[in-house]
Amino acid sequence: MQEKISNIKALAINDINLAKDLKELFDVKVKYLGKNGSVTELMKGMKDIPKEDRPQFGKIVNDLRVEIENEFNAREVVLKEEERLKTFEKEAIDITLPGKSNEIGSLHPITLVKNELINAFLGLGFEIFEGPEIEEDYYNFKMLNIPEDHPARDMQDTFYFNPNILLRTQTSAGQVRVMLDKKPPIKVLSPGKVYRSDDDASHSPMFHQMEGLVVDKGITLCDLKGTLDEFVKIIFGKDTKTRLRPSYFPFTEPSVEVDVSCSECHGKGCKLCKGTGWIEILGAGIVNKKVLEGCGIDPEVYSGYAFGMGIERIAILKYKIPDIRLFFENDVRFLKQFK
Amino acid sequence: MRLPLEWLNDYVDISDISVEELQAKLFSCGFEVEEVIEVGKDISNVVVGEVVSCEDIEGTHLHLCKVNCGKHGEFQICCGADNVKTGVKVPCALVGATVLATGSDHKTVEGVMTIKAGKLRGYDSFGMLCSGTEIGVTEEMYKGAEYDGLLILDNDLENGLDIKPIVGLDSVIFDIGVTANRPDCQSILGLAREVAAVLNKPLKMPNLTYKTEDIETSSKLSVEVLDTELCPRYVASYVYDIKIGPSPKWMQKRLSLMGLNSINNIVDITNFVLMEIGQPMHSFDYDLLKGGKLVIRRAGDKEKITTLDDKEFELDNNCLVICDEDAPQCLAGIMGGKSSSIDENTKTVVFESAMFKRDNIRKTSRALGKRSDSSSRFEKGTDAYLAKLGAERALALISELGVGKIASNYLDVNSVDLAPQVLETKISKINGVLGIEVPTDVITDILTRLGFGLDICGDDIKITVPLYRDDIEGYPDIAEEIIRMYGYDNIVDTLLDKASITVGGLTKEQRDMDIAKNYFVSQGFSEAITYSFVSEKEYEIFNLDKDSDEYRFVKLLNPLGEDLSVMRTSLVPSIARIIVNNLNKKNLSGRIFEFAKKYKPKALPLEELPNEEMCIALGMFGDNEDFFTMKGVVNGLLQAIHATFKVDFRKCDKPFMHPTRSANVYFGNKEIGFIGELHPVVAEKLGTDKRIYVGEIYYHLISAMLNKKLIFKPYGKYPTVERDLALVAKKEVTHGEIERSIKKLSDKSLISVELFDIYEGGKLLEEGKKSMAYHLVFSLLDRSLTQEEVETNISKILDGLKKQGIELR
Repeated sequence: MQEKISNIKALAINDINLAKDLKELFDVKVKYLGKNGSVTELMKGMKDIPKEDRPQFGKIVNDLRVEIENEFNAREVVLKEEERLKTFEKEAIDITLPGKSNEIGSLHPITLVKNELINAFLGLGFEIFEGPEIEEDYYNFKMLNIPEDHPARDMQDTFYFNPNILLRTQTSAGQVRVMLDKKPPIKVLSPGKVYRSDDDASHSPMFHQMEGLVVDKGITLCDLKGTLDEFVKIIFGKDTKTRLRPSYFPFTEPSVEVDVSCSECHGKGCKLCKGTGWIEILGAGIVNKKVLEGCGIDPEVYSGYAFGMGIERIAILKYKIPDIRLFFENDVRFLKQFK
Repeated sequence: MRLPLEWLNDYVDISDISVEELQAKLFSCGFEVEEVIEVGKDISNVVVGEVVSCEDIEGTHLHLCKVNCGKHGEFQICCGADNVKTGVKVPCALVGATVLATGSDHKTVEGVMTIKAGKLRGYDSFGMLCSGTEIGVTEEMYKGAEYDGLLILDNDLENGLDIKPIVGLDSVIFDIGVTANRPDCQSILGLAREVAAVLNKPLKMPNLTYKTEDIETSSKLSVEVLDTELCPRYVASYVYDIKIGPSPKWMQKRLSLMGLNSINNIVDITNFVLMEIGQPMHSFDYDLLKGGKLVIRRAGDKEKITTLDDKEFELDNNCLVICDEDAPQCLAGIMGGKSSSIDENTKTVVFESAMFKRDNIRKTSRALGKRSDSSSRFEKGTDAYLAKLGAERALALISELGVGKIASNYLDVNSVDLAPQVLETKISKINGVLGIEVPTDVITDILTRLGFGLDICGDDIKITVPLYRDDIEGYPDIAEEIIRMYGYDNIVDTLLDKASITVGGLTKEQRDMDIAKNYFVSQGFSEAITYSFVSEKEYEIFNLDKDSDEYRFVKLLNPLGEDLSVMRTSLVPSIARIIVNNLNKKNLSGRIFEFAKKYKPKALPLEELPNEEMCIALGMFGDNEDFFTMKGVVNGLLQAIHATFKVDFRKCDKPFMHPTRSANVYFGNKEIGFIGELHPVVAEKLGTDKRIYVGEIYYHLISAMLNKKLIFKPYGKYPTVERDLALVAKKEVTHGEIERSIKKLSDKSLISVELFDIYEGGKLLEEGKKSMAYHLVFSLLDRSLTQEEVETNISKILDGLKKQGIELR
């Protein structure tokens, strides 16, 4: 009997190890442990065993069953793993094929720069004000210390609807509306479209400006320089330097042009900066006393600074766009680049 | 403003400073040198050469010459000019020289060329004899330079001398950008004052002394200013025994450096004074003035004058004229009259040096379309002090040149207070503008150098402003004067240290708009920006009726062209144009949006500012787009911006949209936009046969309604019951109608209706019918639905639908 059991065990282990897949393994299981399997048959032989030997016999056969089952389970784990690997092989995909999603669009480079400028200033407590594009002469010129006979009117060729209503030539027009509407402290950014009758590779009859205005007690030229220096670093990188030089705008006194160190050559001089190492990016200054007075703000108590920049100009420098007209042609090959 | 450095050097010694250094100094104090003009920069190695022998080369127009170039040697040179002959001295370009290459007309400059040794008709030639044009010399620079042949030089010049200083090719001219607040720097002297200040060197004033005769000006001439507002100062001087002739070489050269032609000594003097001092002058022929008097007055209506360039103008009351006893003799500040203009026979002259109000000159000049050097100078602004200075300088030049006798005591009719302006302020206020403490001795030094008078007592400062500085109005101007000389490098960076803390940030409307823009980007849209002005013709192309709302637009008085003349009242034409342009460039698909304003006048003609309405324009094109992709985008937008309102889509009434494939978008009974296919006829007119989809959302109407408060809503924890219904309806019945009916007929347990299939035609259906399959979901919040309840509800729905002719398949 002992021999018979050893024999079955050896045969079973051999069969289990020979099973190539789960189906064969299952057949082996049936062959030994199934209803008519060898082990089951052995169990059925119990009745022929003397009564006193039966517990002993039962234990031996049961041990055999457990041993075979263990072998079987171990083999099953191995075969399942093999099978899974085969399935993975079959399911293999080309992961370099394109993904499935709709193509994402893009914001216009003007909006990108505008948002970047706004974000740079929001942290300093600025808010945004957008005035009308069709504006009265009063806000666009008169209140900005540009009376009718002023030669500064020649600086900007203006589109008119009638002698008093025009397309604003500068977002500075919004300055006046803000100052008439609010009392200091004022910290406002005013982005928007402006219009001048000019059309060539570097001028567009419609373009965008961003105006900044701060009015409070004790605002100085140092604050203007400090603010612009911060902003320039955010937009053009932290190594960028700022330079102020004297200029003239009727609504600021003193007035300055602000140059930044050339991003291309870092000040050594190149084609982009025309060999000077500096690039002009905006005009600024201390708000003219007359402008404050006109808006009912006492210049003996309050002072302020204002700056204005062309957004296209910043975008041209930042994205190296060769021609201002590209902004308004709206070729999708242009637009899609700004993702 | 042109600034020849050799002229500048007369007033400030700049001999020890390089061109670059001077340029940098001017830049730092607010005068940008926009261009450095080096007059002869392309010319090199051209020397004085004497033709010592000259033989004709037979059968050609050429001459074989021997040219003596002094220390450079003697060269054989072939020359084709008709005026070459033995004994003349001419510019000789040596081998290796650079000169200007001219075209076959001998006049058009086509570039720069280097002279090489060569052979002409078999004869060696070592150099080139030059014309004026070939070395860039004009008639103003050297007499005879315009001749189409060799430039014949003065015979007493030494052979071999560099030609450049001789013919004026060594000049350096700065072209300086003078800002509008500094009209006092619209002259050589004005700029010299700045240079002297910035270099801290003395300014040498031009000579203002002259000899006068016993004759009193007032015995010959009277001046009457009838309009002192338009003519605050008028200086007139009487000069007789005039000898009209050419002006001296040095004066001609100076004028040529400024780009002016020499006319005769008297005209040249007036032009010289304009350039040097910045005062426009006029000279009348005294003998042609009637009554020995000048009257400065406004012109009468329709009064006429013929200017010295033979043009007749009809004037009005806005024009200022200088008249003799009878008639206008000069259009003040713009141009003299023909009838009293000077010529070679002039014996006696009246010099005018006046101040005219700048905006009046500007207006008259614009109105008559007549400009001159004089008028553009007056438009920039002159001062009363200048009128006297100009007169005295002109008289000094008459005296210096010895071309006339000067009557004593010129007439000076002045209504301007000539006492200098005195500003009383505080040093702390000046420093308060700058944000730094400029040492008082630095302030003193800078202001003194700039010609200001000073009286400092502690913090108090009393400043006497020079007469020519009309731009100085208060302490901020003084602060600017100081910092531009002290240097902006001294400004330190502070970040609003003393300012109040403000919250700032974007408003809800601004944030919503960003969300909307980002939504479009996520849906594959590229943002476009188009011009706010369009062509009026666009409205015809878009089939719009003259009475339509869109036709109520505002128009520019002075557009750049018809194409850009009308402020748009619809964004669709612009977006459709972009699509067609892209299609024409073989960009075959794309999605485009734009946020922009429409301009709607409240009344026409425009009396107050129009409404500016923010709208979204949509454009979609390509094989994958149709009405429904656009409709889906609009629905998505409303979700993205958290709209709480529902919209519905109804038949579109726009004449430029496809009549059966477009829709107006409504909120209640308010139209808030439209979408769909562009009318194929419009598309064809724009130049495409492709289907393109356009739309507009009137964002200004919906942005105010975006006020959703996000609050959690409980959802049912009880199981849902789902049913599919395949319905058969007439083709004309819309999904919208069926969906509305189902919702209306059901009890409150219906939580969603979804269309999942449409089936038309085929054998299973009657002609003119379609099958629509809906997925219905039922659930209650507080308990499970029973099978029975659901069945009852569904039969109720089906019964209701049946009454509308919609049956279960």
